[in-house]
Amino acid sequence: MSAKDNFFKVKHLYNRAGFGIAYTDLHKLSKKNIGKVIDNLLKQPQEADDLTLIDSVVSKQQLLMQAGLYAKKDLTDEEKKQRQEIVRMQNEKSRDLNIAWVEKMINTPTPLREKMTLFWHGHFACRSNNPMFAQQLNNIQRANSLGSFKTLLVEVSKSPAMLQYLNNQQNRKGKPNENFARELMELFTLGRGNYTEQDIKESARSFTGWMYDKDGSFIFRPNLHDTATKTFFGKVGNFDGENIIDIILDKPETAEFISRKVYKFFVNDKPNELHVKELATAFFESKYDIAQLMKKMFTADWFYAPENVGSKIKSPAEFLVGLSREFYVTYNKPQVLIQLQSSLGQYLFNPPNVAGWPGGQSWIDSSSLMLRMRIPSLVLNDGQIDFSGKADPEDEAVIAQSRTATANANIKIKPKSFVDAKADWPKFLGTLPKGIKPVELAEFLLQPKLTDKIAAMVGNNAGLRNTSVEIASMPEYQLC
Amino acid sequence: MDRRGFLRNTGFVAAGALFVPTFMKPLEAMALDELSLYKNLVVVQLSGGNDGLNTVIPYGNDIYYQKRKGIAIKPEEVIKLTDMQGLNPNMAALQEIHDQGWMTIINDVGYPNPDRSHFRSMDIWQTGSESNQFLSTGWIGRYLDSNCQTCKFPYTAIEVDDSLSLAMKGQTKKGIALKDPAALFRNTNDPFFKAILQNDKEHLDEDNLGYLYKTMIETSSSASYIQNTSKVYQSKATYPQSGFANQLKTVSKFISSGLKTRVYYVSLSGFDTHVNQVQQQGNLLKQYSEGMAAFLKDLKTNNKLEDTLVVTFSEFGRRVEQNASNGTDHGTANNMFVFGGRLKKQGIFNDAPNLSDLDTGDLKYQLDFRQVYGTILDKWLDVNNADILNKKFNTLDFI
Repeated sequence: MSAKDNFFKVKHLYNRAGFGIAYTDLHKLSKKNIGKVIDNLLKQPQEADDLTLIDSVVSKQQLLMQAGLYAKKDLTDEEKKQRQEIVRMQNEKSRDLNIAWVEKMINTPTPLREKMTLFWHGHFACRSNNPMFAQQLNNIQRANSLGSFKTLLVEVSKSPAMLQYLNNQQNRKGKPNENFARELMELFTLGRGNYTEQDIKESARSFTGWMYDKDGSFIFRPNLHDTATKTFFGKVGNFDGENIIDIILDKPETAEFISRKVYKFFVNDKPNELHVKELATAFFESKYDIAQLMKKMFTADWFYAPENVGSKIKSPAEFLVGLSREFYVTYNKPQVLIQLQSSLGQYLFNPPNVAGWPGGQSWIDSSSLMLRMRIPSLVLNDGQIDFSGKADPEDEAVIAQSRTATANANIKIKPKSFVDAKADWPKFLGTLPKGIKPVELAEFLLQPKLTDKIAAMVGNNAGLRNTSVEIASMPEYQLC
Repeated sequence: MDRRGFLRNTGFVAAGALFVPTFMKPLEAMALDELSLYKNLVVVQLSGGNDGLNTVIPYGNDIYYQKRKGIAIKPEEVIKLTDMQGLNPNMAALQEIHDQGWMTIINDVGYPNPDRSHFRSMDIWQTGSESNQFLSTGWIGRYLDSNCQTCKFPYTAIEVDDSLSLAMKGQTKKGIALKDPAALFRNTNDPFFKAILQNDKEHLDEDNLGYLYKTMIETSSSASYIQNTSKVYQSKATYPQSGFANQLKTVSKFISSGLKTRVYYVSLSGFDTHVNQVQQQGNLLKQYSEGMAAFLKDLKTNNKLEDTLVVTFSEFGRRVEQNASNGTDHGTANNMFVFGGRLKKQGIFNDAPNLSDLDTGDLKYQLDFRQVYGTILDKWLDVNNADILNKKFNTLDFI
């Protein structure tokens, strides 16, 4: 295999398994055997790499206080203020958490781990207005991102964020709430059509008593657990939640469902069922070892086939993180990252519903595409923002109050704002080989195969910096 | 040619002939008679969960006054429509609209197993799903997908906003979002943008790159069409000063200039009134009513009211009993406003909600919101609602 072939293979691998690659690293890795490169990518540091922004001691105190305030019937003005203040702080912390994660993705030395975390973030989609819960779930998804799927699934199922979001807190003996049980099978493991309504009912009974206590830790409450016999997929027993998860994992349909989703995220929106089958078999035989699954996929020949290269639409997170990594961008007002996410349709930690973001072509409509093509010049040239996006429905209460506060409540005045970001051009240009031609730069920055038209467009240009901005503003840059 | 303009966001170039492959050529080729008798639908979204009981007030029912001691609207302040119900006093602008017969209120609209999360319930209303079903396409988007005679152009559905709502996204077709037609036109006519599209035949496949180019081409041709059609029209009507009224003014400009768009989407947010509701909601209802009244009268002046149907929804209503902060918490069924010049039933369409038969403090719905959608799809947009809503819903007699 020629060095040039390897160059494109490694570039593709790092675009899918991470958020792109610097030219110097690419040059170095191209000289290695691709198998070695993959092994290195999969080698994870042992130490934890948690998000630690939210202080759990402070959060737990807040949670206790909040519970106390909610239990009271008549609140004094002081208590009402306290309650509002907690909500305000939680909203602020939630935004900070979002930014902390995006910046972690931008700066991480272990891109595969963050990419996997992003995958699980969409798979186990969840919203929580409690930033500690959200951080905890995100850390579970990161710590187990390449480990055992079973451990991941059990820990997610026990996380307060998910227990709250899917109402397992209300799931009690004699009064089962089926929300979690249904999504566990429909969206997290087996997929639609592989279970019956009766299975959902029996599984819901098995998860009764899985709750979190008032300071936000998982607790099993035996007195709320339904101990009667359940029949689940033909098996009869006094099952609890973990038994149910084991039975679900015994079914190869689960391995297939996860493999298909992984394939669609990392390889192609349109799954090739033969390739999915290959992955599913390996995943099942490895007893749900996620690293094994990823290795199988990255080492498959078809992973590098032309139809799978430069053919996926970047998610907004991939697009923003990739652009920022590529050009070493620092954001002086990182809140702009939230505005960009929400305008592009992927506000992390706020999926549209438990099914996650649908992805693929649904990212793109006329306005989101126009915006994506403008963002490189906004971010890299510190341009002015003239779009405001929509309010998140969860922020409506805040909007409602701020409107009364403004005397001129019915006139919406939006000040023009700047992205206020800085690309490190000397650093970026320093990574490029001396005398690189504009066409070679395009070949490096874009994943789809270069066409004559693009070659002509970048060919007659002065300056690598401007050419880079132009290339990043092309529709081809939306693909990875 | 200076292609940098796009990158600096300063470029402006007059409209030029843009290369558009023939199979994507939009309405230029369309016969004029196909376009006559154009019916428009305007969807208005009130975000945050508008409190329906303080919008259309059941002033004839004592339970309302018992449950809402701090926030109830006094009978003498209510703009009375029937012996039972009337409008919030901030909605005075709609009195005339009501008296003209251009308004009908559908009471108590909801769906089975209601969800009280803003996000989820909005999702359900926008996609038209069941409450335990997750759809990734919106009901108007699926109408576009159905490829009916009247819904084949990218500008068939326009949202006056910076970004496109899920309601407007189909599997293969999506509406277009724009706040200002001139700005979109400027952006798509930027030399850099045009250079990308120039003579581009190689990308028009079904793959993702082809999809990106197709979206660019459609955006560009829609932007030209919308700008060139609407710029000649000058409205003489006066609208109140508000963001919401501005959106409606833009819609009126589009409708009155004869744009071949079928669905418009606008929204007004801030209705999540958990605290000190009366003033907040009052401000919003005033904006809503004054904007709407100006819009409808403007359409009437331009002879477009007969061809226009406006429907207003919110993701849920609020609980019957107020909370301790003189506000209301998330509830279930809600009323919907319908406006237009060709309403079959005017005033109040159905019975007021029953306040004595509640489901743990919440209204029980009388009508499924998909019956309202179904009626609009069948009778106004001329498609079979089962094709869009995945099953057939019985239609109602308001149009």
